[in-house]
This record gives sequence, C-alpha cells and structure tokens, in this order.
Amino acid sequence: MRRLTLAFSTTLAAGLVAGAVHAADLTVTVEIPRISSASYHRPYVAMWIEQADQTAVQTLAVWYDTKLPNGEGKDWLKDLRTWWRKGGRAMTLPADGVSGATRAPGRQTVTIPAARLRNLPAGQYNLVVEAARELGGREAVRVPFRWGAANTGRAAGTTELGAVSVAVTR
Amino acid sequence: MKKTVFALAAVAALLAAPMSAQAHRGWIQPSSTVLSGAEGWVSFDLAMSNGVFIPDHAAMRVESLTILAPDGSPAEAQNLSRGRLRQTFDLHLDKPGTWKVANVLDFYNAVYKQGGEEKRWRGTAAEMAAGIPADATDVTRSRTLMRVETFVTLGQPTETVFAPTGQGLELVPVTHPNDLVAGEAATFTLMLDGKPAANQTITIARSGLRYRDNPEETTVTTGADGGFSVTWPQAGLYWLNAAVRDVAGTDGVTVNAQYNGVVEVLP
Repeated sequence: MRRLTLAFSTTLAAGLVAGAVHAADLTVTVEIPRISSASYHRPYVAMWIEQADQTAVQTLAVWYDTKLPNGEGKDWLKDLRTWWRKGGRAMTLPADGVSGATRAPGRQTVTIPAARLRNLPAGQYNLVVEAARELGGREAVRVPFRWGAANTGRAAGTTELGAVSVAVTR
Repeated sequence: MKKTVFALAAVAALLAAPMSAQAHRGWIQPSSTVLSGAEGWVSFDLAMSNGVFIPDHAAMRVESLTILAPDGSPAEAQNLSRGRLRQTFDLHLDKPGTWKVANVLDFYNAVYKQGGEEKRWRGTAAEMAAGIPADATDVTRSRTLMRVETFVTLGQPTETVFAPTGQGLELVPVTHPNDLVAGEAATFTLMLDGKPAANQTITIARSGLRYRDNPEETTVTTGADGGFSVTWPQAGLYWLNAAVRDVAGTDGVTVNAQYNGVVEVLP
C-alpha cells in the first residue's frame, strides 16, 4: 500500500514538474487471428491512445492497403469506424511512422519510441486497437496502461483480434 | 479493403459500370416482396459491391434482364435508370401470383496464341466462331453464366416461374421464397444445368451489414439431391450465393457459373 502510494505520488510529481515523461518506449503486441475463409483479406488495423473518457490523444499506427493505385486503399479506412470518428478523418495519410501495410495473421509488435510520445503527460490511459476486415467483422480492444513508469497491461479480443498487450519500458 | 481478383472477377467487370477488374458481389434488392391488392409496383436496385445491399461500388448492367410474370410469360421493366452506384427499375405487377426477376449474364472468353502472341477475346456464343481467327493456336475457351434474381408475389403465391431453364446454376424453391419467416426452416434445391448440384457451398449473407460488427454470414452445403435447408435467424433480406468453376462443357468449353439469389424473410 505504501509503495503504491509512493509510486503514484512520484508519478504525479514527475508529471507536474516535467509536464511530460521522457525516455520511455511503448511496445504494443497484437495477435491477428488466423481466420479460415475462402476470401480472407488481412484486416485494416488502427492503434491509438485515449484518455479514460475515451477522448483520443494520439494515433500510433494505421495498417491499410497502401499498395493500391491512386491511394484507393484509403476508401475503406472509414470501416475502422471508431478510429475514423475519433481522429482518423482528421489525419492525412500516409503519415510517416504511423501508417503502413496490412500485416499477416500472427503476433505483430509495434514499438513507439519515446520521442514520439514526448508530449504525452503522465497518467492513466487506454491503448485502443481496432481491426476491420473486408467481408469480415470489426472489433476494438482497450488495454489500460500507465504512462510515467514501467508497467504492462493486457486484454484480448474474441473475433477479429486476439491477445493485445502493452508494455511501457524505461 | 484489398481488392483481390478472383475467378469471377470477369463477371464483376462486365456487370459493373464503369468497367473494373475487381471482384464484388452482385445483388438485386426489391422494395417489397409480398404485396396485396389488385395490382402493385415494386422497385428494384441492382449493384456490384463488397457488402450486399450496400451500393458503394458500381451499378450492375441489366442488358440481359429476364422477368417472368406468374404465367411464365415475359414482362417488361419500366423506368430503367442507371446511376453511378446502382441500377434501378420498376415492375408493374398487373397479375396476381409470383414473379421472377432475373438478370442473367452469358458470355464466352477465349485465350489463344496468334504469331506467338497471346490474345484474348470475349463475346457471345454466336460471335465466337468469327471472333477467334483461323490461325489461332493453343485456344482455351470458357463460358460464364451468372444469374442474379429475386421473387415477388402479388396476392396468392404461385410456382410456375420456378421451372429451371437448365442453364448454369439455378435455385428451385421447395419452400416458397415469398413465404419465409424468421425462426422457420426453408428448403431449396440448387441445380446446375438442370440437374441437382450436390456438395456445393451456399453462402448466406443478411442485410444490415453496416449496423453490426459481425457480418453473421453463414454457409450450408447442398446434399446429394442438391437440396439445402436454412433456418432464418431473423427477419431481413438475405443473399444466397453459389459458384462453380471450370466445369467441363461441350466442345471443350469450360463453364464458370454463379448464382446470386435474394429472398426476404419477414418477422
């Protein structure tokens, strides 16, 4: 109990003093399930950080079909419905360090270097991963994590996403 | 998302306007399927798209529309209008009974070599002899037959229009397609060239895809007699699809056939 309190107040203090947390990486691991379908297409995936009240703070990654001519792969970004409404529609894609090609089923890892999160105040957040698949379904998974100290969080989807874990490393 | 080209992409390309080389689902959406009174009107939307009944890609071409009145006689579509995203037309139901509204595409493809160069041809059966040059070698020919259809009934349901044509994949209803209710089972027979099509996969998709996260699509396999049964989980428009590829046909022409039927299930 004492240690917890201490850790919390240290975080608060660090947040108050520094305004932001430095030199911590955020690693997200997402399991894209193997789905048996005659017409399987890799899912579009978006990852973003949101506050407890679900206000989006920052998009970390968007995987979509970047190879189609004339940016046609962007036609389906709106199927990532939650992300689209909470920030996607205000972004210009492709975006350096954020957008990329769709990924194969299996465990996929994304590491966000500390530099990209330098403006994120310390505190409690959710990491949201949303996946939408052509001729398939849509699912969003929220993983709570704390920014400001080393910690991990995990959750799991049931249809379009498997296990999702978040690790903050110092 | 990723627009994968699969075997019937050619069908999509031909049916869709503007021309495109992507695979999409073909569907016909009736404004209503069960009508009462002395006469009635039904409006139809036809399109090719990723999600059935969501016209977000291209209108379907309807040069090969086949409408049968309850007595089996041909009927005319009215007020044809081709939009960018959907083709529409109206049908005046001026006779009681069940009407069959179908768009049937039938064309031939040929791939051959002439002077060492690979060439392609597409056209109707009648045009094929003239379309492939005499000095062509390594000729492979295929026929594509794609049926997109639905049924509507004014007054008492009838069954005259169920008789199959014997061409390509067709659905012969056992349970009347305008007598479908959520929670009840319905039975149909899939036919290929007029004969029961055994062991074929039927894909069943329900309307309202945009308003749920899970597509809730199901499949069922036809039995030895071509028969299959569906218990409708809830009311809505349903799209039933079956496809066969590379079936040996006459004169060495392989056949690709597809069926896309739409039925309405009421609460």
